[in-house]
Amino acid sequence: MAPERFDAIVVGAGPSGNAAAYTMAKGGLKVLQIERGEYPGAKNVQGAILYAEALEHLIPDFREDAPLERHVIEQRVWMMDDTSHTGFSYRSDDFNEEKPNRYTIIRAQFDRWLSSRVRDAGATLITETTVTELLRDLQGRVIGVLTDRHGGPILADVVVMAEGVNGLVGQRSGLREELKPKTVALAVKEMLFLPQETVESRFNLTGDAGVVIEAMGTITQGMTGTGFLYTNRESLAIGVGAIVSDLAATGIKPYALLDAFKRHPSIAPLIAGAEVKEYAAHLIPEGGFNAMPDLHGEGWLIAGDAAHLVNAVHREGSNLAMTSGRIAGETIVWLKRRREPCDKEHLAEYRKRLEDSFVLKDMRKYRKVPDLLHGNRQLMDLYPRLLSGAAQTWLRVDGVDKRAKESAILRDLRRKRGFGGLIGDAVKLARAWR
Amino acid sequence: MTDKKPNGAEPVKIEEKLYQNRYLVDPGRPHVKVRPHETPSPELLALVNVCPAGCYARDEHGRVEVVPDGCMECGTCRILTAETEDIEWNYPRGGYGVQFKFG
Repeated sequence: MAPERFDAIVVGAGPSGNAAAYTMAKGGLKVLQIERGEYPGAKNVQGAILYAEALEHLIPDFREDAPLERHVIEQRVWMMDDTSHTGFSYRSDDFNEEKPNRYTIIRAQFDRWLSSRVRDAGATLITETTVTELLRDLQGRVIGVLTDRHGGPILADVVVMAEGVNGLVGQRSGLREELKPKTVALAVKEMLFLPQETVESRFNLTGDAGVVIEAMGTITQGMTGTGFLYTNRESLAIGVGAIVSDLAATGIKPYALLDAFKRHPSIAPLIAGAEVKEYAAHLIPEGGFNAMPDLHGEGWLIAGDAAHLVNAVHREGSNLAMTSGRIAGETIVWLKRRREPCDKEHLAEYRKRLEDSFVLKDMRKYRKVPDLLHGNRQLMDLYPRLLSGAAQTWLRVDGVDKRAKESAILRDLRRKRGFGGLIGDAVKLARAWR
Repeated sequence: MTDKKPNGAEPVKIEEKLYQNRYLVDPGRPHVKVRPHETPSPELLALVNVCPAGCYARDEHGRVEVVPDGCMECGTCRILTAETEDIEWNYPRGGYGVQFKFG
């Protein structure tokens, strides 16, 4: 029997794979999607915030039946030291709009929903099946895949690699290098359940509105990393992550870091009494633009986390995944309509379209940030402490005159970092940000 | 396995965290294996602490062993030992391994 043949095979059923498969199925292509989990989402972990814009391009009416938790009306950014946090927060009733911009979601549920839409669009999904190898012809062109389930090869004109950050197939097939410990963060996360009223009263919420907290500082014990606490309808997602090479060097256990974060006096009252229903761990590609692999080749494209498409500064990933998956799908549909081959030369259109989109513009903008964070531990440890110290000096009313307080704050800054250091850090930050 | 937390709070029990998770274990087919060794490399030794599921431990001879039943398939151990080749890491067979309910 001749092997079955598809226009395209998509490896993985996360945001990028689903976006690619959906776009191609809608475009009339014969699409096979292969997922190794028991169901789409079974292997996936995210905070998670869904950015509506990326999904609206695919499914404009997604709000009607997608499993959304809360729309985000308030963002808190906390610089934490051992006993305090210095915060910035933005809350606006403008975010209570007809079509909200950001939602908290529960990924395993969301991925299942999006996958059902992909199948409705006409793509074939097989789950519980691991792609083991890419098939190549004598010229080295990718022509299909082998799996651990189907005995024979499955052939396609093009393979979209959407296998996620821990993607083995692309790496073992030589499409991309193995990840480097300093370009990925390991994040651990728990799902904490509380009654809906408790979530709403603790975070000053009504209806479907939600709050997200992004945290950094001494919670990562000097390592480069961040923490988060997001409100779902009747649960909180809490997590913390740090760069893998930092974790390996310090020997700090990731779950000890999470438990310390949960005990922090600014966090503990928010999560008190919650029931833990899941503990998850996942890598986050944090290396930025310079850590990206080639995005296309002879018969293949790569999208989402597998392509290292994460904007570490803005904590965006799933939108880059969905957008890159969609653009991968659109490129393939476009080539098919023009009866062009999916070879390296023609698939370069994918890269070009990504360059024209926010995806590679943002990746490029922040290309210097990963190195900045790496070589400058003061950003994670010293500055949160300095901020907290300054705030306390400023706020305590203790008979010390205000000019003396200002001098004390400046003296502290100069002693602990030096004005040269402060200016140098500001210049470095400005350069990386440009 | 327990661990003293830096700030002096109660020890962290990883088993209690993993207890809530759903796994389909493929009996007799561990998807992570440690290559036989006498003395573990620093990279291999680091896995005892860095693995978020606490799958790695030292045996009575100081060698590092792995029991990947609680593995969440993050890939951290594979990346850390990519150059030393201390472990062999594959995905579990399709359908097996961790199945996140929430993710």
